[in-house]
Amino acid sequence: MTTDVIPAPAPSELHRKVVKTPRAKVARGVKYALLIFFLLVVLIPAYVLIVTSFKSFGEALSPNRWALPHGLSLEGWSAAWTELSPALGRTLLIAIPGAAISSMLGAMNGFVLSRWRFPGANVIFTLMLFGMFIPYQAVMVPLLEFLPMTGLQPGVPQLLAVHVVYGIPICTLIFRNYYQTIIPKELIESGKVDGAGLIRTFRSLVLPLSVPGFVVTMIWQFTSIWNDYLFAVFLSSKDNGPVILGLANLAGSQIVPYPEVFAGALLVTAPTLLVYIVLGRWFVGGLMAGAVKS
Amino acid sequence: MKRKIRSVRTWGPGLLLVSPSIVLIGFFVYGLIGWSANISTTNQNSRFERAAGTDPNAHIGFANYAHLFSSPDFIQSLKHLGILAVIYIAGALFFGMLWALLLEKGVRAEGLFRTVYLFPMAVSMFASGVVWNWLLNSDTGAGASGLNQLFEMMGLGFLKNHWWVSSPTWGIAAIALPAIWQLSGYIMALFLAGFRGIPSELREAARIDGASEYKLYRYVLFPQLSPIALSALIILGHMSLKMFDIIMAISGEKNVYTSVPMVTMWTLTGQQDFARAAAVAMILLVLVALLVVPYLVHNARQEKNT
Repeated sequence: MTTDVIPAPAPSELHRKVVKTPRAKVARGVKYALLIFFLLVVLIPAYVLIVTSFKSFGEALSPNRWALPHGLSLEGWSAAWTELSPALGRTLLIAIPGAAISSMLGAMNGFVLSRWRFPGANVIFTLMLFGMFIPYQAVMVPLLEFLPMTGLQPGVPQLLAVHVVYGIPICTLIFRNYYQTIIPKELIESGKVDGAGLIRTFRSLVLPLSVPGFVVTMIWQFTSIWNDYLFAVFLSSKDNGPVILGLANLAGSQIVPYPEVFAGALLVTAPTLLVYIVLGRWFVGGLMAGAVKS
Repeated sequence: MKRKIRSVRTWGPGLLLVSPSIVLIGFFVYGLIGWSANISTTNQNSRFERAAGTDPNAHIGFANYAHLFSSPDFIQSLKHLGILAVIYIAGALFFGMLWALLLEKGVRAEGLFRTVYLFPMAVSMFASGVVWNWLLNSDTGAGASGLNQLFEMMGLGFLKNHWWVSSPTWGIAAIALPAIWQLSGYIMALFLAGFRGIPSELREAARIDGASEYKLYRYVLFPQLSPIALSALIILGHMSLKMFDIIMAISGEKNVYTSVPMVTMWTLTGQQDFARAAAVAMILLVLVALLVVPYLVHNARQEKNT
């Protein structure tokens, strides 16, 4: 994770002398044509979202739905903002502490499970990992019964608790893989011989090296909590839950006001997309770690 | 004995540090799954279906499961799930591999292509479902909109179709489209990292031996990617079983064309039919476990060997 997650092609591949036969030139042309074609296809939904969000409500219903807007109407954006802005703060209140707490737990677990192992550590790790794959519906009905018993209020507190808990497995996995690659076993062992305790080793040796790991888990957790719909729809409502439920409410109306809904979808997407664009490398790091093997 | 005590002193604190997580996961994953399993064998069905005066907590064995498996609607939703999973997995693997192949030797502006192909992964599934609901508009007539209108404008009118409302059995395949759009970039990234991780000596050796490009991929490169292909298959497989957000955003619940067990589970919960909701969830959990558990065990064993 300290280098680029997806390495560059080998120099020998890049500078390989390929005879520029006409056939090779055609192959090259086809390759770029395909790449650009797929680029455009992938961007279709983005085009639709952006273009429609700047149309007036009336214009969005005009026959050619794919046309560019005549002028920039902010009708949709201002309606969406009024509707969704109260929930944006709540979503941050769930996503930021949620990401931070499960990252911290993940770092502790990852360190112990990779470099300060106890008998049965591997079994515990595999049992934890399973928690990352389960369909959360399998715990949802009891959660609905159990969470009110904890005294946690519905909405932000309950969702925060749930996201912290179910974020533990992926954060543990990411940190375990990370520590396995960056911290030599011998370093910890020699510390042990010198009498360095677990807490001291973790705090003064491991944590300072953990910044890249934290960036990856924070981004991963922030994105998945921000984008979560499942826990949100089961455990909260539009008035106390995250912004995604506000969007669901807009999209669910009888006659869908597309400029407003699409401006809303862009508002909901903006934070995670911004994270992706600014910190893309680290985002991909999390994705790769999600594939279990490092 | 003395040695044992000393070794406990070394690893004991480690176990202590992990114990909060062990307790949390133990309860919130395994405890609640057990609780769910228990609810699924009780009489906690909706008020309307439960005979007056019966005890909601009475255990009725597997009656809820029997009810589900004898319901044509539930069987239909399982069929939907199968079709959706197969098309989704095949589609995402196909495009993921194709894009990785196009990019792997290095092209101009690779960063741009990669960033764009991967960006749907950063978008919430629900938000993308909102756009795909617009794109997959089923109108094919003069007032067609969405993709159908785009096809018409590009002279590809023959591609127009009713998407997910075209057939009660196969319409669900249209739902795989947004899911493929969302995940193919991820699969590309996995394969691309895989290709780039293959030592370049392997390629050079094969070329010196006079292997054609086809043979190079078929016999040298692809076999190296099989662990990644397995990971990709597991990721896509379990995601396809759990698909919920996209369907809720595109066609909504209570839609016979796109019913899948996860959406049924939500509907049943809304009807306070908690026992059957839990039963549906347990069935899905078993499906996911059949896929994931062998994989996790395989990974754990492999690690022990290294």
